Amino acid sequence: MEWDWNFVWQIMPTMLQGVKITIIATLLGSALAAVIGLVIALLRRSPNRIVSRSVGFAAEFIRGTPLLVQLYFIFYVLPDIGILLSPLVAGVIGLGLHYGTYTAEVYRAGIDNVPRGQWEAAKACNLGPTQTWTHIIMPQAIPPMIPALANYFIAMFKETPLLSAITVLELMNQAKSIANSNYRYIEPITLVGAFFLVISLCSVFLLRWLERRYGRIES
Amino acid sequence: MSAPIIEIDGITKSFGSFKVLDGLSMKVMPGEKLALIGPSGSGKTTILRILMTLERIDGGHIHVEGEQLYHVTRGDDLVPADERHLAKMRQKIGMVFQLFNLFPHKSVIDNVTLAPMLTKGVARAAAEKRAMELLDMVGMADKAKSMPSQLSGGQKQRVAIARALALSPKIMLFDEVTSALDPELVEEVLNVMRRLAEETDMTMLLVTHEMGFAHDFADRVLFFDRGRIVEEGKPDDIFRHPKQERTQTFLRKIIAAGHRV
Repeated sequence: MEWDWNFVWQIMPTMLQGVKITIIATLLGSALAAVIGLVIALLRRSPNRIVSRSVGFAAEFIRGTPLLVQLYFIFYVLPDIGILLSPLVAGVIGLGLHYGTYTAEVYRAGIDNVPRGQWEAAKACNLGPTQTWTHIIMPQAIPPMIPALANYFIAMFKETPLLSAITVLELMNQAKSIANSNYRYIEPITLVGAFFLVISLCSVFLLRWLERRYGRIES
Repeated sequence: MSAPIIEIDGITKSFGSFKVLDGLSMKVMPGEKLALIGPSGSGKTTILRILMTLERIDGGHIHVEGEQLYHVTRGDDLVPADERHLAKMRQKIGMVFQLFNLFPHKSVIDNVTLAPMLTKGVARAAAEKRAMELLDMVGMADKAKSMPSQLSGGQKQRVAIARALALSPKIMLFDEVTSALDPELVEEVLNVMRRLAEETDMTMLLVTHEMGFAHDFADRVLFFDRGRIVEEGKPDDIFRHPKQERTQTFLRKIIAAGHRV
């Protein structure tokens, strides 16, 4: 089998469509995971035992089961109870939910790392609970955890091919359909690898920069 | 004779099975400067933390300016205070901590302006003007734009004092504020507190191991041991002529450890 540059240029527009969807899914999934992680982390700190326990159990359950199974569940099983989602929406929810249980741990560690004295000083300054969270705790907790969060988002990016299982036309799925209709695998699959490598390398540089920028807390 | 500003009546507090405060009662008059001394674990810091509502009491009552701190009346019943009541009561009280607890992500001046702007709705310009006056008073005006990480311990503590003063509390609590400082930095913090004691009529409660400073600063000294007040009186009486044996033993140990009385 020989490498055919003409075929490469011919399929490039479709592949770029796939890249676009992959990036969109990653960005939306990351945003959702960032929010869900925060919500899980805060609910697990709830003084209400029932809330903290059940959220903790749900998070463990999601983390302990494969993303692929969750994606199937969201896309193919939820319609049975009347929840019909487009492939991309289902995929983003799956990614966000699954990685949210991981980012929740990052948030937990970040929040626990803020010294108790900061909570006490906030109280002595008579700040309310919301003011304490938004002005004192989170601004100190978030910068050191940015590299860890970014790490999960890069991992998520590399797992987006799973979305092809629920018919999302991301990079891998586009490549597969090109390959299947043209009986040529080498170019599309190589391109998938190349795209992922290039984007991953860019993200790694971004990550290094984030680590330098936020990695250290000043005390 | 005016009414006490703080009235503590039979409070108890345990951490697990360890009884820190055991039916403690005391009164503080407005403007009084009080030094709380005693061995560690004697409950003196716990009293400050309870007054700042950082710890809850297990039993007893506290009145601040005649008002219940931890209880509110609902109908004929006395019920535990809600967060709103505690927030109202906290306005009367400020605290300076052993480990400063400055907000590390905020500049010196933002540390001082944050609470007045958030809790009292003071405009930025007014808050900054007042903050500069306070920073000037503690000798830190030239560091207003610095970050806490650029300051020495003594400087941090002086900023922390300015931050607590910014809310104009009637009662100031100083919890071992020089214990974490290098010896050569202690004096600059004590000087600020001396000025504060001379120039304001704030009520001040001071937990300290600086016996010399307690002697000069306080109107009254309370010696604590095992959650109770063993002896109290004028600084001269406590430091020169302690009556109780436990006070005598404690002061002997402190002097042996190199503290000046």
